[in-house]
Amino acid sequence: MNQTPPSPGFHLPRDHYLNANYGIKSWLLTTDHKRIALLYLISVTFFFFIGGIFATMIRIHLLTPNGALVTPETYNKLFTMHGVAMIFFFLIPSIPAVLGNFLIPPMIGAKDLAFPKINLLSWYIYIIGGCFVLYSFSTGGLDTGWTFYTPLSSIYSNSAVTPAVLGIFINGFSSILTGLNFIVTIHTMRAPGMTWFRLPLFAWAHYATSLVMVLGTPVVAITLLLAGLERMFHLGFFNPAMGGDPILFQHLFWFYSHPAVYIMILPAMGVISEIIPTFARKPIFGYSFIAASSIAIAVIGFFVWAHHMFVTGESTYAALAFSFLSYLVAIPSAVKVFNWTSTLYKGSISWDAPMLYALGFIGLFTIGGLTGLFLACLGLDIHIHDTYFVIAHFHYIMVGGAVMGYVGGLHFWWPKITGRLYPEALSRFAAVILFIGFNLTFFPQFILGYLGMPRRYHSYPPEFQVLNVLSTAGASILALGYLLPMCYLTWSMRYGKVAGPNPWPATGLEWKTDSPPPTENFHVTPVVDWEPYDFLNRPDLGLVAGAPLAPAHGDD
Amino acid sequence: MHRTGELYGQFQTLEQQKESSTLGMWIFLVTEVLFFGGMFLTYAINRHEYFTAFGVGSNTLDITLGTVNTIVLIMSSFTMAMAVWSAQTGKKKLVPLFLILTLTLGCVFLGIKFVEYKQKFDHHLVPGRSFDVWYRVNHPTPADDPKAIALEREELEKATVSTNDPDINSHAQLYFSLYFAMTGLHALHMIVGAGLIIWLIRVSLRGRFTPQYNTPVEIVGLYWHFVDIVWIYLFPLLYLIDRHR
Amino acid sequence: MQSQLPLYPPEASNFAPHVDGLMVYITSICVFFAFAITCVIIYFFFKYHRKAPSAVGFPIHGDARLEAAWIIVPSILALTMFSWGAAVYVDYRHSPPDVLDIYVIGKQWMWKAQQPNGLKEINELHVPVGRNVRLTLASEDVIHDFFVPAFRVKMDVVPGHYNTMWFRPTKPGRYHFFCSQYCGTNHALMGGWVIVMEPTDYAEWLSGSGGAEANPVAAGEKLFADKACATCHLANGTGRAPSLSGVYGAKVLLADGTTVTADDAYIRESILQPNAKIVAGSQPLMPTFQGQLTEEQILALTAYIKSLQSQPVPAKGSGVAASSTGKK
Ligand code: HEA
Ligand code: HEA
Ligand code: HEC
Ligand code: CUA
Ligand SMILES: [Cu+2]
Repeated sequence: MNQTPPSPGFHLPRDHYLNANYGIKSWLLTTDHKRIALLYLISVTFFFFIGGIFATMIRIHLLTPNGALVTPETYNKLFTMHGVAMIFFFLIPSIPAVLGNFLIPPMIGAKDLAFPKINLLSWYIYIIGGCFVLYSFSTGGLDTGWTFYTPLSSIYSNSAVTPAVLGIFINGFSSILTGLNFIVTIHTMRAPGMTWFRLPLFAWAHYATSLVMVLGTPVVAITLLLAGLERMFHLGFFNPAMGGDPILFQHLFWFYSHPAVYIMILPAMGVISEIIPTFARKPIFGYSFIAASSIAIAVIGFFVWAHHMFVTGESTYAALAFSFLSYLVAIPSAVKVFNWTSTLYKGSISWDAPMLYALGFIGLFTIGGLTGLFLACLGLDIHIHDTYFVIAHFHYIMVGGAVMGYVGGLHFWWPKITGRLYPEALSRFAAVILFIGFNLTFFPQFILGYLGMPRRYHSYPPEFQVLNVLSTAGASILALGYLLPMCYLTWSMRYGKVAGPNPWPATGLEWKTDSPPPTENFHVTPVVDWEPYDFLNRPDLGLVAGAPLAPAHGDD
Repeated sequence: MHRTGELYGQFQTLEQQKESSTLGMWIFLVTEVLFFGGMFLTYAINRHEYFTAFGVGSNTLDITLGTVNTIVLIMSSFTMAMAVWSAQTGKKKLVPLFLILTLTLGCVFLGIKFVEYKQKFDHHLVPGRSFDVWYRVNHPTPADDPKAIALEREELEKATVSTNDPDINSHAQLYFSLYFAMTGLHALHMIVGAGLIIWLIRVSLRGRFTPQYNTPVEIVGLYWHFVDIVWIYLFPLLYLIDRHR
Repeated sequence: MQSQLPLYPPEASNFAPHVDGLMVYITSICVFFAFAITCVIIYFFFKYHRKAPSAVGFPIHGDARLEAAWIIVPSILALTMFSWGAAVYVDYRHSPPDVLDIYVIGKQWMWKAQQPNGLKEINELHVPVGRNVRLTLASEDVIHDFFVPAFRVKMDVVPGHYNTMWFRPTKPGRYHFFCSQYCGTNHALMGGWVIVMEPTDYAEWLSGSGGAEANPVAAGEKLFADKACATCHLANGTGRAPSLSGVYGAKVLLADGTTVTADDAYIRESILQPNAKIVAGSQPLMPTFQGQLTEEQILALTAYIKSLQSQPVPAKGSGVAASSTGKK
């Protein structure tokens, strides 16, 4: 409606990465980061489907107190496989491996990532890991919960745990290699003039994410390996009957898996930090604070893991320290939320779909993050630990936050990726549907949790039914909300309006090249001589709409 | 992405390429530290918990083989350093020579490790149903030094109160689980390193490494040194601590 | 009082008002922030809606005072949440001295509780109102978690460890308890009822159910003989091992010079890992009984050792009075 209409008569560039060569081999053996990103796009979408189908079955089953759909064994497998597919094979790779892979090189003016072959290798590792997990799913599935707590997972469960654990172990290296590639690329491959403080916040967020990937993932890899060995060879690392310690497993697991939640949210925060200034047409408020808070989250995030273990009987002092640090890690997130909100002040805000997703993100992430404060509160966690309150907390952040950010980012960069625009009205409608469906699904779960409904329950006392039905109803709306973008985005790849290099317009370097970009991203190596998110001194954007008033305050 | 000579297409200059590769390897090594770190932590906690049993386990290891292996590995680090030096200073003939030496030493290490593993199988020290720390003192072979066996028995008896004690045995089993996991993973890293060195030998025989272009030798060297350092920690932890003879 | 759609479970323990108070406090702060942020976004969204297709926003880059404000204010609020939560938690983790001790054992997929007089219940737990109750939790297999929503308390039940939790029921009634740590197939069915009774009813219930037959002290005494403990632990202290009379609850001097209080966890460890803590002046002679005793048998032995208070020979069937410390 109010976006600058792309001047009519844009044509797709003659040569771009999509038509550089053809045939299945040119995709499966490609070292072009953009093509690898698309390979990832297809594979993570596949896993999202799988996880989504499990989620749907969970919600249908929970319609009645005694379970409407499946046996207890199957139910336990459903939520385990839902968690495994969604966390390890969808959300962790989603933004970094799809959008990060596609965008980091053009954003910093590089031709590719530093190690293109390793990039391809990490996709193959992901696929191999994925095959192990799918094998485990198809030979009966596993029923340990995504947290694999021992000794349940290592001794007592008689489901297909071993292949799943191996699959996640293997998949870890994909994550490590992606992180390694990003760190090196951001350090050594920046174009002339692209200083650290001209980096887009998306790149900063990915830098922080990569730190977590590189430092955290090896620990979960070795932990799951030990648990797998324990299961295969009947060893006793974590088995109390043989002198091992099940609590040690939890420490090692959460040492990764707490930081891993920041692998999931930081890239989404990066996406939001790009979308907000672009559609408010104004420099982001507090650039350096947002950049620094990403690093702060990554670093402090390594020291809060035992907040998942407040009622395991850990020492009171440890609990006090971990609770305190959990509150500390909330502050940088608060800084981001406030800065995004302030960016809107005196902006020139358009109501395009990416902006709707971004604002939806802020609202839902804030609710999710704030409920993290309930969980981090020692006295309160005694009551709400392992109830639906926790389920609601992390779905608000991971689905309402990270997935919303991912879908918003896909919309935002879709013209860059495919060269074409998606249908605008439909996409706004989908964003609103998603928002409504989401809240209806997960808000009732906060109340359920406080009332005391434990998680991972295939049946529940009848007094919890009303809220469960509401939640299931919401989930069906939510599914529609995901179905829509899947359809129209696919449709637009062929039939969408040609976008031109910079449809929004946005200030990033990636918008300076063709859409879709050529294989080497730029025809000539770009030189950066402008500040990030600066719409005023960029005549090339065609935005000199009258002389702006003198800034009210700030350091312009 | 096409390469021109030694320069891969995504890079602008050779320096940039070298900087990237070296940084990449360092970061990789950091992840390796954390990877082994998880196991070292598991070791440390269990050792603290089952002090005696771990001492018993430690005492059954063959210190001679362990020491020899440590020396072999340190030597291989030295020859690897020499290979890197030769590549940097343009001594093209020496590069493959030192690499072959390194590879040989690496294989010696793995060979000795294999002998040790075999011993563990013979002595029923492999975790599982037939695990028995007492096996060796109860079934000494003629090759065994009777004095050592006697010492070992004394050690075991001191640690255990009665022969039907499942305690020491199952905790010593924990020790051996960790022993195999840690040395096994280390050996796996050695095998990967050996593969990389074989690749380097082939390239260096073609005289490709020059003072300008020797990054592969350098980063494989980094990796090899890292694997050695892991052993430098494993050796005292597994063999030396609690050694009473 | 509770409507069709309640927002919180019944408040039936000393912790419930504190936890609900915390909940109200944190909720109000969070609702304030969430509401304020949402309103501001919606206001800006309409107020600064793009006026012309090529209009640019104001070039405001930031403001250090604002940044400082929104770092400091949330930090202070967070600190208050932390402190209050910590206070409740510390209280919860330290049981008061005068408690009624009940043992709870979790196994796939049922709960067994044992009253002080040895009375056993399955998937039910009777407690008197107004008394401080301490549960000592043990698991036979995997990790479970004992969760009573109406009391706002839960604690993991970890194999190989004893965890304890305490509460003081404040309202008679029947309340759900759940297993809230995922433990396999029938995790969801591993629950039951806590029945809070008036003290007189409770006492009646205890005696009415014939506690003496299921006396754990007697069972423990039998085990003490069967497992040959008595061969070393002679009552008069002349055996190879220290006498166990009066050990329970006392401070024990260890060989390394430190002291420990001989509580349930210590007794359990002494039986399963005798060499972990050696009593000063003794040799590490005791064999482990790991794998030879079930959690229930260990509890029985503990109860027996507990009963060996002052007199060297325990009074048979000493019942509630001897085994529940502190009541008198
Ligand atoms: C992307 C994922 C993600 C993210 C980002 C977070 C973020 C946070 N999480 Fe969450 N969490 C999970 C995913 C995530 N979590 C998952 C998956 C689990 C369950 C795992 C399982 O058991 O299966 C979990 C569980 C979990 C627990 C354990 C609960 C239990 O099992 O008992 C705790 C406890 O402390 C916690 C706390 C927090 C906190 C304090 C944050 C903070 O980082 C949030 C910070 C954000 C804000 C605070 C909002 C913005 C701030 C403002 C608007 C300003 C106002 C602020 C103040 C007044 C301070 N989380
Ligand atoms: C990224 C992570 C992620 C995502 C995106 C989701 C998405 C969803 N999750 Fe889940 N969830 C987890 C991570 C995630 N979840 C984790 C880690 C657990 C804990 C597991 C454990 O305890 O071990 C969990 C547990 C969990 C539970 C608790 C189970 C229990 O404890 O007993 C529930 C219950 O409602 C639930 C529901 C949902 C729903 C309705 C969605 C929806 O958002 C999904 C919507 C998506 C789709 C439906 C697919 C796309 C749509 C279509 C393809 C349309 C066509 C399809 C149909 C019409 C069927 N999830
Ligand atoms: C072979 C002799 C032996 C047998 C049999 C034996 N113990 Fe012991 N026990 C000892 C010795 C010696 C000590 C002191 C050294 C130590 O702390 O380990 C001890 C210590 C203890 C302690 C700690 C006492 C203290 O003063 O702190 C407890 C409790 C105990 N034993 C219980 C038992 C029980 C219960 C059994 C039977 C199931 C048992 N013991 C069987 C020898 C034995
Ligand atoms: Cu027992 Cu869940
Ligand atoms: Cu966490």
